[in-house]
Amino acid sequence: MKFKIYRFNPDVDAKPYTQEYDVDVQPGMMLLAALLKIKDEQDETLSFRRSCGEGVCGSDGMNINGTNGLACVTPVAELKQPVEINPLPGIPVIRDLIVDMEQFYQNYRDVKPYLIVNDPMPEVELPQTPEQRERLDGLYECILCACCSTQCPSFWWNPDKFMGPAALLQASRFIEDSRDQATAERLADLEGPFKLFRCHTIMNCVEVCPKGLNPTKAIGNIKKRMVARTL
Amino acid sequence: MADIKRRQFDSLIIGAGGGGLRAALQLAQADASVAVVSKVFPTRSHTVAAQGGMNAALANVLPDNWHWHMFDTVKGSDYLGDQDAIEYMCRAAPKAVYELEHFGVPFSRLDNGSIYQRPFGGQSQNFGGEQAARTCAAADRTGHAILHSLYQQNIRAKTHFFDEYFAVDLLKDEEGQVLGALAFNIHDGEPVIIEAKTTLMATGGAGQLYRTTTNALINTGDGMAMALRAGVPLQDMEFFQFHPTGIAGHGMLITEGARGEGGYLVNADGERLMERYAPKAKDLASRDVVSRAIATEVREGRGCGDGNHVMLKLDHLGEDVIQKRLPGIRQTCITFLGIDPAEAPIPVFPTAHYTMGGIPTNRYGQVVVPVKDTPEEPVTGLYAAGECACVSVHGANRLGGNSLLDILVFGRAAANHIIEHLGEHRYHKPMDENSIEQAMQRLNRWQQTGEGESVSALRTELKAVMEEHCSVFRNEQVMRHGVEKIEALAKRLDDVRIGDQSNIFNTARVEALELENLMNCGLATMHSAYAREESRGAHSRIDFPERDDKQWMRHSLYSLENGLDYKPVRTKPISVDSFPPKPRVY
Ligand SMILES: Cc1cc2nc3c(=O)[nH]c(=O)nc-3n(C[C@H](O)[C@H](O)[C@H](O)COP(=O)(O)OP(=O)(O)OC[C@H]3O[C@@H](n4cnc5c(N)ncnc54)[C@H](O)[C@@H]3O)c2cc1C
Ligand code: SF4
Ligand code: SF4
Ligand code: FES
Repeated sequence: MKFKIYRFNPDVDAKPYTQEYDVDVQPGMMLLAALLKIKDEQDETLSFRRSCGEGVCGSDGMNINGTNGLACVTPVAELKQPVEINPLPGIPVIRDLIVDMEQFYQNYRDVKPYLIVNDPMPEVELPQTPEQRERLDGLYECILCACCSTQCPSFWWNPDKFMGPAALLQASRFIEDSRDQATAERLADLEGPFKLFRCHTIMNCVEVCPKGLNPTKAIGNIKKRMVARTL
Repeated sequence: MADIKRRQFDSLIIGAGGGGLRAALQLAQADASVAVVSKVFPTRSHTVAAQGGMNAALANVLPDNWHWHMFDTVKGSDYLGDQDAIEYMCRAAPKAVYELEHFGVPFSRLDNGSIYQRPFGGQSQNFGGEQAARTCAAADRTGHAILHSLYQQNIRAKTHFFDEYFAVDLLKDEEGQVLGALAFNIHDGEPVIIEAKTTLMATGGAGQLYRTTTNALINTGDGMAMALRAGVPLQDMEFFQFHPTGIAGHGMLITEGARGEGGYLVNADGERLMERYAPKAKDLASRDVVSRAIATEVREGRGCGDGNHVMLKLDHLGEDVIQKRLPGIRQTCITFLGIDPAEAPIPVFPTAHYTMGGIPTNRYGQVVVPVKDTPEEPVTGLYAAGECACVSVHGANRLGGNSLLDILVFGRAAANHIIEHLGEHRYHKPMDENSIEQAMQRLNRWQQTGEGESVSALRTELKAVMEEHCSVFRNEQVMRHGVEKIEALAKRLDDVRIGDQSNIFNTARVEALELENLMNCGLATMHSAYAREESRGAHSRIDFPERDDKQWMRHSLYSLENGLDYKPVRTKPISVDSFPPKPRVY
């Protein structure tokens, strides 16, 4: 199977180029396995991040034939040849398929992605009904792979001003948590034309999320809560 | 060495999995300056993959108490666990869970609003009676939920993170006191000396030793090997857990929670095979027991398909239960097998999963080594917690759900001891320049160019040797060959070269350093296994099928200089009566 992979090492390359590889693929093989095979058998300089190999750590987000996804859960059999592999778009490249995620993480940290409880904690668990807990399904499972944010045009244009779908999904995860006591501040923090409202509901993020999460819906829910608050 | 960048902190933590992050949070909240070094961004650490849950006797679903939990853990360990540490862990468990909940972990809930608990293997009420339900779960994504919440609280506490830094070796002075570590920034290759009054190893397990494994590619036993090279022997490395239900041929884990929710194993004849091996506990017997049962079925010709696996049946649970309680493994089966467990059974086989052995510590997380007549003398400034450590609460066989508990309880305990240590030691000791030089040599060794073997070729051989010679069933002859082969492989390490000499995100260099670490762990595992002439827990010898408490109720210690040594098991708990060894039936 033929692969065309983006290569760039600022140490030695004046500019990025595309390199072709031919790999013997087996039935059922995932793209990550094909990349590892290239690295092990053909070219140890090919660089990418990886860890769990099963879609839970979020290391290996990349652009595969034009769409962002995780290499470890993308079967090669489903891909059109030659498979074109590029780094996640719109953010700086460190080397080959490895991108600089700092802005993405910064936006995540900026939404205060942690439970805030001001009351004294009980000796046991804070109670939460199964229904209240269910509101977190589809929000807490995010693996911070950045597939969504780097496929979002609004994030490409204003990565430092628009939070991006991943960070907003996290904001929603805490806004929806019945135990959290900072809802009002969280909503206030997202006001203004950019942080939240730059989302134009283009839904790219939903299409690419490898965990099947729906940042657009989460963003909509935040907007609804904001409106409800100002009424 | 004067030109190497230096940073100074009160406390250094190597590893940002659950163990490292729990310790970091405790330290940051106590206003200690703490640096966490991790070779991957914290939420990519392997804790994120833990599925089924974490044990604590909350008694939310069925009656329970910590003393029953303690009994099960001692029995599960095949009496090789240290009972003081086990008592400490089981007593601390409920608090550890409530703390996590307060940090934000989205545990699944019961109708009355309390934390959901499911049955797991090896759990009983009343010291060996009815099945207990002790495992606190966030669906089947408990590790993800815990790791993310801990990272989030560390953001809040403003912990210093050195993300994507690779720790190379420990630095110590001539008296043996640990003064920090040498690491390098993977982004630009720049080395950095991190000086600290205390160093905590929280580097996780060595599951990459085996060809088929449930473990992430980053689980290469780095911390264990760093300890070995610093002269600390590794404890009980022969005890490697094979999880009964890895997806056959692939290795992805199907959590024990699947059997906890009511799933069961069948062989080619459609029999519920565990009825034969564990009439009472059946599919929820201890992991070593279930793994041996599956391996035996396959060996005796009752395997399914090509004869090399058995089936895990879940479809009778109904789609609702599967989607609510086991959504993650359902997705994994669909992705990797094209099988929906709500409709068809899953092919499974015992798969390398967990390193019971590791860096020896006491229950305060202090690393302990034999000095003259004392078997357990603390190494000043050095701590270890989590899968890289051996406290030992798991002994010869870990119970499912006890590792997340272990990393949290002992991550916290180590931090508390460190806080005390910091109170008594206000100043950094002077750095030892020799020690830096040695560590730099190890790093610079990979700048040698020219013809040589490749990292991947040697690594492939190492994993094959471990799988063939140190697996579920072992015997003298197989392991003798294993020892010979791995010694030969270790010698060949000197001839390995990497062609990639760039300083920018050089993953080839990282893999080379990881291979060295794996090799050290492999040597420790194979040698310790070859020497232990009995069957206990996960170490199962066909030629010595019985447990031998007279000779072998003792911990192995393997060091690079002196080979094997042994020390007694701590059979005396803190406050209750000791559980004496008994035959282990489920
Ligand atoms: C698939 C799977 C499912 C599991 N499910 C459960 C379960 O349901 N319940 C349970 O109790 N246990 C479970 N376990 C076991 C449990 O998840 C692990 O034992 C535990 O998470 C280990 O945590 P840790 O903090 O010790 O290490 P890890 O989470 O492995 O973290 C290690 C850290 O060390 C860092 N590190 C390592 N080497 C270096 C280096 N050289 N330089 C810098 N940083 C380094 C890594 O970057 C990482 O941050 C499961 C294990 C697996 C494989
Ligand atoms: S829906 Fe909003 S967040 Fe998602 S891709 Fe479109 S603009 Fe970006
Ligand atoms: S929302 Fe989905 S795509 Fe976006 S970071 Fe999270 S897991 Fe990745
Ligand atoms: S390697 Fe972990 S998500 Fe792909």
